[in-house]
Amino acid sequence: MSPTRAEVCVVAAAEIFRGAGEIMASPMSTVTTIGARLARLTFEPDLLLSDGEALFFADVPAIGSGAPIEGWIPFSKVFDVVASGRRHVVMGANQLDRFGNQNLSAFGPLQHPKRQMFGVRGAPGNTINHATSYFVPNHSPRVFCDTVDVVSGIGYDKVDATNPAYRFHHLHRVVSNLGVFDFGGPESTMRALSLHPGVSADEVAEQTSFEVAGLTEAGETRLPTDEELRLIRDVLDPKGFRDKEVRA
Amino acid sequence: MRDKTMTLDEVVGELRSGMTIGIGGWGSRRKPMALVRALLRSDVTDLTVVTYGGPDLGLLCSAGKVRKAYYGFVSLDSAPFYDPWFAQARTSGQLVVREMDEGMVKCGLQAAAARLPFLPIRAGLGSSVVDFWEGELKTVDSPYPTDGQTETLIAMPALQLDAALVHLDLADRHGNAAYTGVDPYFDDLYCLAAERRYVSVDRVVDTEELVKTVPRQALLLNRMMIDGVVEAPGGAHFTFAGEYGRDERFQKHYVAAAQSAESWTEFKARYLDVSESEYQAAVAAFAEESR
Repeated sequence: MSPTRAEVCVVAAAEIFRGAGEIMASPMSTVTTIGARLARLTFEPDLLLSDGEALFFADVPAIGSGAPIEGWIPFSKVFDVVASGRRHVVMGANQLDRFGNQNLSAFGPLQHPKRQMFGVRGAPGNTINHATSYFVPNHSPRVFCDTVDVVSGIGYDKVDATNPAYRFHHLHRVVSNLGVFDFGGPESTMRALSLHPGVSADEVAEQTSFEVAGLTEAGETRLPTDEELRLIRDVLDPKGFRDKEVRA
Repeated sequence: MRDKTMTLDEVVGELRSGMTIGIGGWGSRRKPMALVRALLRSDVTDLTVVTYGGPDLGLLCSAGKVRKAYYGFVSLDSAPFYDPWFAQARTSGQLVVREMDEGMVKCGLQAAAARLPFLPIRAGLGSSVVDFWEGELKTVDSPYPTDGQTETLIAMPALQLDAALVHLDLADRHGNAAYTGVDPYFDDLYCLAAERRYVSVDRVVDTEELVKTVPRQALLLNRMMIDGVVEAPGGAHFTFAGEYGRDERFQKHYVAAAQSAESWTEFKARYLDVSESEYQAAVAAFAEESR
């Protein structure tokens, strides 16, 4: 059976962590959690993975399952890790603009929103302290918009180069159901690195409000290896939760 | 040693309208819900609330008791995630909010605990947090250069509280208290940041039993940090505590009830316009019915 779109996304999510070393990987969705675990089982064995609650896993369980633990990471200590910089988070986004400004807080005016979501959560602290990536399972112009209503996660145009407090800001990747992107375009704008098999440049352009740099030059996202497919299908996600987040 | 045991309504009797109140727990986890329900039964209102918000803030908003809210997020932690009453209060413009990064809440409580006017933090810079605070949030320049440049950071102001409400699993009658789950959350900091400090617990036990039941590290609160202890079995319901899980079914029931005036009137009559023991009985009956 050839790889599904969700499986291509899992591998792209795993690739987010290539070279990360001994840091805490904090994926915030199903596909990115499978991706981080896949990275840990293959090319990044020193990643630290938590149960999303307060414990570090010693082994790598299937999604939704438990595993032996190796340590304790209550929320208070997570903030210590954030400030230390030894972390790479993959957040979701209700809105994301071309400079990487992200919104998961609310839509509309700050003190009188039209729709309320979570509030800024840890996004301001994450983005200014350590590597941050985003995963968007439904690439659309509503998400990839010209201007975000609330800046929760900070983009490149917010960085004050004269203030060293911003020196740790780094948006590493955006993975969507259509492709893999970074912020290597002109003036640190969003750039296409690869499109998933079967996705055209026109489709990405139609589903994005702003111009995506490098769209015509972008190659194809790499396919999962046989071993990666086995790990995804038989070990990490035998029940197929990935297909609920990224539909075929 | 002083016996600090009180009833839920006695605690609320010590609170006043207009106070700044910190509420412990996190999202839909170990929230002092019985104390929140006691607040709903009282006429205390016009509150400023400091919280990692969940249904505690939602219920207070349902009764129009919140004027201003300081929070890192508001979440029910399971689907549908967004609290309906907080959302309603926000979209109708009833609240003044000082939304901030989650780490800034911890930082502000630490500043208050140490009696400092502020603590520097990186989180918040460049984001809409600064705009949410409408001039109340300032920056501070480091007197020590970083690579020959001045590092300018957020000066997180102390989150001083008039009162703190927290729920733990076990306490003695003097205010020594422990959690038994996986996370202390920030309940110690809320107590250290507050003038008046109240803890509800699932069980009040002798000091000897308390200290032999939990490891030393779980003894989160000592006597200096607490003014009142309330025994409230199931007092975190419908959020979870160390000895019971979240009542997901009831939380969904709460969300569904908020969708119309009729269903909320019914919910309020059955679960909120009643004593805590009647609430617990109604919850047991709901569990029975929805089996």
